[in-house]
Amino acid sequence: MIFDLLGVPPQALLGQLLLGLINGSFYALLSLGLALIFGMLNIINFAHGALYMMGAFVSWMLLTYLGIPFWPSLILAPLIVALFGMALERTMLSKLYHLDHLYGLLLTFGLALIIEGAFRTMYGVSGRVYPIPEILRGGTNLGFMFLPNYRAFVVVVALFVCLGVWFFIERTRIGSYLRAGTENPELLQAFGINVPRMITLTYGLGVGLAALTGVLAAPIYQVHPLMGFHMIIVVFAVVVIGGLGSMLGAIVTGLLLGVVEGFTRVFYPEASATVVFIIMAIVLLLRPQGLFGKR
Amino acid sequence: MNYRRTLAYAAAVALTAGAGTAAAEGPVRIGVMNDMSGLYADLAGPGSVVAAEMAIEDIGGEVLGHPVDVLSADHQNRADLASTIARQWFDDDGVHAIFDVPNSSAALAVQELAREREKFFFISGAATSRLTGDSCSPTGVHWTYDTTSLANGTGQAVVQEGGDSWFFLTADYAFGHSLEEDVSAVVEEAGGQVMGSVRHPLDTQDFSSYLLQAQGSGAEIIGLANAGTDTTNAIRQAGEFGIVEAGQRLAGLLLFITDIHALGLEAAQDLVLTTGFYWNRNEETRAFAERFNERTGQMPTMVQAGVYSSTRHFLNAVEEAGTVDEAQAVMERVRANPVDDFFGDGGHVREDGRMVHDMYLVRVKSPEESEGEWDYYEVLRTIPGEEAYGAMEDGGCQYVN
Repeated sequence: MIFDLLGVPPQALLGQLLLGLINGSFYALLSLGLALIFGMLNIINFAHGALYMMGAFVSWMLLTYLGIPFWPSLILAPLIVALFGMALERTMLSKLYHLDHLYGLLLTFGLALIIEGAFRTMYGVSGRVYPIPEILRGGTNLGFMFLPNYRAFVVVVALFVCLGVWFFIERTRIGSYLRAGTENPELLQAFGINVPRMITLTYGLGVGLAALTGVLAAPIYQVHPLMGFHMIIVVFAVVVIGGLGSMLGAIVTGLLLGVVEGFTRVFYPEASATVVFIIMAIVLLLRPQGLFGKR
Repeated sequence: MNYRRTLAYAAAVALTAGAGTAAAEGPVRIGVMNDMSGLYADLAGPGSVVAAEMAIEDIGGEVLGHPVDVLSADHQNRADLASTIARQWFDDDGVHAIFDVPNSSAALAVQELAREREKFFFISGAATSRLTGDSCSPTGVHWTYDTTSLANGTGQAVVQEGGDSWFFLTADYAFGHSLEEDVSAVVEEAGGQVMGSVRHPLDTQDFSSYLLQAQGSGAEIIGLANAGTDTTNAIRQAGEFGIVEAGQRLAGLLLFITDIHALGLEAAQDLVLTTGFYWNRNEETRAFAERFNERTGQMPTMVQAGVYSSTRHFLNAVEEAGTVDEAQAVMERVRANPVDDFFGDGGHVREDGRMVHDMYLVRVKSPEESEGEWDYYEVLRTIPGEEAYGAMEDGGCQYVN
């Protein structure tokens, strides 16, 4: 391995760093939504990957059946999936808040299987292609690597959205209601705030983030029913490493793990699928509350 | 009279004992095992079960006077699970023959078990040439294609066009390793050079890191030693990263028609690949494909067509042998009968279990050339079976050498 390390020119490392950040921004967006939902609803949202996949598929459907291009569907698809998510929350998840975490996990896991199964029946596992929007095609030669314009766009959007959501929760009045709601919902209710509606909207926001990630991923990856299943397990590890419920933790850890994974793909590619879990095991042993967790 | 009846009774007891729990007079039972829900489900999956059922219908539904039973199972691309299912099928459920089993690791596990139990194994989905090499079995038949034929088809064609320096993107399990090894041998024999390779886990989404390494290697050809969504994702992302524009070329070493369908002709046009079956080749293949399409909504891949062909060949052999419990008698018929159907075109089963039949080197049409949905290939060359699969002596099967 040392020899491999020496054998990799620094430009190639720079390239891998950048690619890692791009993948990390997907992790960050997804784990942010997951952390948000866990923080506010105390639900471990196993359906997150399926909703991410739905975002990609809805965007594909908008294009294929209705001719609606990428830009509008960047807003429309997350909205549609968020509405679907809120319906799930109202009709099913809301019945489970007083029960153990495990019930929420089982319900969302079941929902994930049903959603993925439905798409598999309709479209098969090979999936469909979503073309890269015209003006973002091509790329820039940075000297050390060829950076596709679309990937650069993804990183920028992801960072903006992550920071925006973080600012919204931590620095605005509505955000402070949300945080208060997690601490003491009864008290907040007594102040005249409609807590159940707030929770529904929070779930919608988390789901919308997942769907937005899906829309962003559609032009890069094959749009296929199992795409969320791949992501969700890694993203769970990200959330655990960052500290359950910590939003800043989710963002930073997401980016960081993207980079670690990228480097693993160069130095020891066989381990690239497991490295995240090795880190998770180490973090759980040394710092069970996660890197950014309180308590 | 009494004497004769005793003899018949003794024979029946002997047969029953030999077959474990399966009754000698009972129906022939086959099992189709593959990836029913993961990345290989479109190229094999439920479609393979439909193909087996069609084969049974086409021979009249009955063998040895009983209707043929079909079981099916999902091995989820796990060799351990494949082995567990095969054990249960052979030991408890009275299954006589297993079909398909894509994923080379899973197929190698089932091959071991089938050899031990003296049960039949007709492989269609798995690719590794080890199944007729160091892991060959007297009751195992490798039907549709293998890594050797892919190397001799696509690998050879690319080298002949002048692509003599290679870098491999390899799926990190038995199949990818075999394919990389077989293609490397072809490349090196032709005087080419393998500059390196990188192994990625099965079912990878993002290939950018690997593609960057392939780009850095400076090789002319990037060989994709993977399959299913792994290959389609790699091809798309290579386009995104401008790899083809920068002068490197991709060689998809194993592509199924469902992959081309998923990629779309715009992205897939001009890829050259090797296949054991193409539905739009002649009247017979079209007739089968239309029937298959009516039931499944897709055109058959070579794997699914291979399941049809092998099921039919096996059941005919059983009928002729008059038994399903005497492995040797059945295998004699399997080897003696030519494979005379739309798939085999006069192919035959070799001593080491290889079904030797013609392969086709094809080029993917452009959207303008295509005359309709699923009209994807132009056949460049028919590769004679002997050339595609090489000599039996080179395979390394113990019991034939």
